[in-house]
Amino acid sequence: MKQSVKKIKERSDHSTVQRSKETFEPKIVAFCCNWCSYPAADGAGVSRLQYPTNIKIVRVMCGGRVTPSFVLKAFELGADGVLVATCHFEDCHYMFGARKAADVHKVTEKLTEMLGIEKERLKLDWISSAEASKFARVAREFTETIRKLGPSTIKKKLDALNESIEDE
Amino acid sequence: MNSKIAKAIKDSKAYLCMECGKCTGTCPVSRYNHGYSPRILVNKAIRSGDLNLLKDKNIWACLTCKLCDERCPAGIEYIDLTLTTRLEAKKIGEQALCSHGGAAQSLMRIMTTPELEQKRLDWIDQTLKTTQNGEVLYFVGCLPYFDVLFSDINVNTLQAAKASIKILNRLGVTPVVLPQERCCGHDLLWSGDMENFEKLARHNIREIKKSGAKKIVFSCPEGYRTFKIDYPKYFNTDFEVEHITEVISRAISNGELKLKNLKKVVTFQDPCRLGRHLGIYDEPRKAITAIPEIQLNEMARSRQRAICCGVSAWMNCSTYSKSIQRARLTEAKDTKADLLVLSCPKCEIHFQCAMHDEKAGEQAKIETVQLVTMIADALEGE
Repeated sequence: MKQSVKKIKERSDHSTVQRSKETFEPKIVAFCCNWCSYPAADGAGVSRLQYPTNIKIVRVMCGGRVTPSFVLKAFELGADGVLVATCHFEDCHYMFGARKAADVHKVTEKLTEMLGIEKERLKLDWISSAEASKFARVAREFTETIRKLGPSTIKKKLDALNESIEDE
Repeated sequence: MNSKIAKAIKDSKAYLCMECGKCTGTCPVSRYNHGYSPRILVNKAIRSGDLNLLKDKNIWACLTCKLCDERCPAGIEYIDLTLTTRLEAKKIGEQALCSHGGAAQSLMRIMTTPELEQKRLDWIDQTLKTTQNGEVLYFVGCLPYFDVLFSDINVNTLQAAKASIKILNRLGVTPVVLPQERCCGHDLLWSGDMENFEKLARHNIREIKKSGAKKIVFSCPEGYRTFKIDYPKYFNTDFEVEHITEVISRAISNGELKLKNLKKVVTFQDPCRLGRHLGIYDEPRKAITAIPEIQLNEMARSRQRAICCGVSAWMNCSTYSKSIQRARLTEAKDTKADLLVLSCPKCEIHFQCAMHDEKAGEQAKIETVQLVTMIADALEGE
């Protein structure tokens, strides 16, 4: 676990080097549930539907498992956008998981808003396993939204502060 | 041996340990978690190599409530040793098990971003007078975030902030409230993250100096401790700091606050940061008993002997924490009090969480209120 966090950090540090506005490639973390959204992403791949490679998928057993800590950690480590994709309410594999995800999402939204992270950077969507084309569309649209918003302030300014402290 | 640990052993006088085991006997964690013993950790620090100590998971289990320091016949400052141990352990990649998936820690680390545009002052309404520049500053702390993060257990820690500003207004003070204030860094420091603690502290110090404030008032004991003890230690700050209960008790002595009757039996929970860390026991009691007709029943273990609320710095919340909380709530209930008066937002969150547990039972259910809220509600003319 620790090793993997270290690796992610190294990778994100490496990529901050080329984060100027023109060459900006958004880094987007997508939490996909095992029963609907992940198979949808899989289906998109199988049917050769194109969607941007900026989306990095993290498979979770249920959207209800995605607590505020998941999203905040992603932003902390330099994600430009976070997508939470779950089943539709009525076909949730665990009956109540998708509803829980929606409830938790409200809390996460309030927290990120209070922190001053633009609310467009966080998105909740419902994609069933049969909706491969919807997954590809959501991925494309979300990437475009983030591309327009530009890089997240968090990681970049962390580096700036490090420098300013060294100067003092 | 690691020179920092060696120095900490010297400074905390850990070498004086005579293995009487009073620390373990008195420790609220050891009472339930039999694998944890402050005495063994002190021994490890003195006798065995660093790695043996630093890799021990138990160094993160301590609540840093300072109860053992209070009891130790040799006068060892155990929590100072714990702090250094944690800072050193973090350097070799050890870390605590964070509760809530580390959400609180992530919030704090995100707050280290210098140009963050937080929207954290929505709760200030027209009845509260605040300003941008002035002599006195009210430090809100993480309360707005806590209320959102713990909305599922119905905590309302911001009430304490509103009440504090109301009381300051009543005393003729219009406090500065910083829109871009950060977490004080208390929890990051105690979980060994010196790097981010430093960033938060530097940001706060810069913002406070910019506002021109000379005096800082706190309602959160953790922020108070951090500004009073840790900031001067690491950053040479010289702000005058005061806890809201000190302000209230002084105002009551001077006859500046007039309070209405409240016919209730109450009991008071001493927060470890306010009590044992800073020695403030009398001021909160003076504030409570200033309310006419109120009856204060002390718990069996109060003041220096008070038991902590079970978790500190959002680390290692477990069944042991729940047992500590249930025992403490039962103790409060045993005083026949209607109300448990608290003066720390974390105590409120932890006790509310314990009471929401189905296993808690009726014996551990008691209504809680923040001290400042109670005083603000009892102000005459409200």
